[in-house]
Amino acid sequence: MSRALNDLAGGTLFGVALNYQGLLRNHLESFTQPPYQKPPVKPVLFIKTPNTRNADGQPVVYPKGVERLQPGPALGVVIGKSASRVSLENAMQHVAGYTIVNEFSLPEDSYYRPAVKAKCRDGFCPLGPELVPADQVGDPHALSLKLFVNGELVQENSTANFVRSIPQLIVELSEFMTLHAGDVLITGTPEGRVDVRPGDRVEVDISGLGRLSNAIVAE
Amino acid sequence: MKHARIRFQGQVHHAVVTAADSLTLADGRVVAADQVEWLPPATGSMFALGLNYADHAAELAFKPPTEPLAFIKSPGTYTGHNQVTWRPDNVAYMHYECELVAVIGKTARNVKRADALDYLAGYTVCNDYAIRDYLENYYRPNLRVKNRDATTPVGPWIVDVADVPDPSNLKLRTWVNGELRQEGSTADMIFDIPYLIEYLSSFMTLQPGDMIATGTPEGLSDVVPGDEVVVEVEGVGRLVNRIVSEAEFFASLALNNPAHATKEHA
Repeated sequence: MSRALNDLAGGTLFGVALNYQGLLRNHLESFTQPPYQKPPVKPVLFIKTPNTRNADGQPVVYPKGVERLQPGPALGVVIGKSASRVSLENAMQHVAGYTIVNEFSLPEDSYYRPAVKAKCRDGFCPLGPELVPADQVGDPHALSLKLFVNGELVQENSTANFVRSIPQLIVELSEFMTLHAGDVLITGTPEGRVDVRPGDRVEVDISGLGRLSNAIVAE
Repeated sequence: MKHARIRFQGQVHHAVVTAADSLTLADGRVVAADQVEWLPPATGSMFALGLNYADHAAELAFKPPTEPLAFIKSPGTYTGHNQVTWRPDNVAYMHYECELVAVIGKTARNVKRADALDYLAGYTVCNDYAIRDYLENYYRPNLRVKNRDATTPVGPWIVDVADVPDPSNLKLRTWVNGELRQEGSTADMIFDIPYLIEYLSSFMTLQPGDMIATGTPEGLSDVVPGDEVVVEVEGVGRLVNRIVSEAEFFASLALNNPAHATKEHA
């Protein structure tokens, strides 16, 4: 992790699930059935614990006994100043900048229960390669997001397809919990997660933010 | 020994509780308990257990889990002993949950049950409040229910492992305005502390300061602004909290913290 990223993004890692329109659409029918009963009303959130932090160029360990592992390309929003109950108009003033996040997870068969075992393993959240200040990113809602495995493009989407925009997320989260300077919002992984294996090189590219590269290694 | 983290005259201190009404700071000064602001005694991640008491699982009409149901809390939701927690306006049901908390003392990975207690710094108490209205069936219990600002009192202190000879036989009790509302025993836990340490550390590394909140027994009820809520775990601690309204909470933040004075109320 670059120095600036390390210093400025050391807070809580808040993940947002189901924040791509295509992904949500794929699940909408099942979300009217048990155990869900109805589609989510508020942002679907999770926490990546500090042990999941990892950096550009570092290995991601494929745990022993695990059948499938999936990268989760995502735009990371780094909070620059505390946000409690902010308005939509002012929400973006609380953003310091952006980085790439690869939110690794075991496949999620269900969204019903917290996904600690799937998402909170050591090193399952590479961030980087650097923090790009907000004023150097034109429109964060028009960024192309690409996942490469061993150089091959396997997943592609755009932040234009968010269910909730960045300011909308900041408003809805900061309504009940303060977002502190250094916290990171992982704004979601699009539909089409792929499996990776030990030996694979996994890279996430977001326009203007560079490329986050990690090798998968067996435990 | 009881280890507290407090603020005294604007400074954060580690302190040892040396008498019922006084603490000794690391520099040797002795201060009165009513002169300090109690802070959460640990600030790592909290792994909180849902449905870890058979009676409570039945109360909520669920089958007891076959694997621990753990969810995560981040430090912004913690508050200390003798602090306030806010009840949002226009909700129908906010309940307390008295819980024994195991505090991790050293890095734990692939720890076996038999060795689990060696990895503890000690025990504390938490009140794992929930706003039932906000439950949704996604990552349930979701962050809006369980990770709200200042809605998880923790403390007052950490008690040494050696001072709690049998953590599997402790009485848990909650009083609201002096009335006993919740009573149970850690003997009724489905997954005990050594099991939970083995389980969590089997797939991730637990860090010093991380906490495992072990779940709550039956006896939940609604609490409202003005209520004094006391949760106690026998031999560990008695944690006091007062419920305030949303307006009162945010007004007092603005008073105590100028940064909040200019903040907007959307």
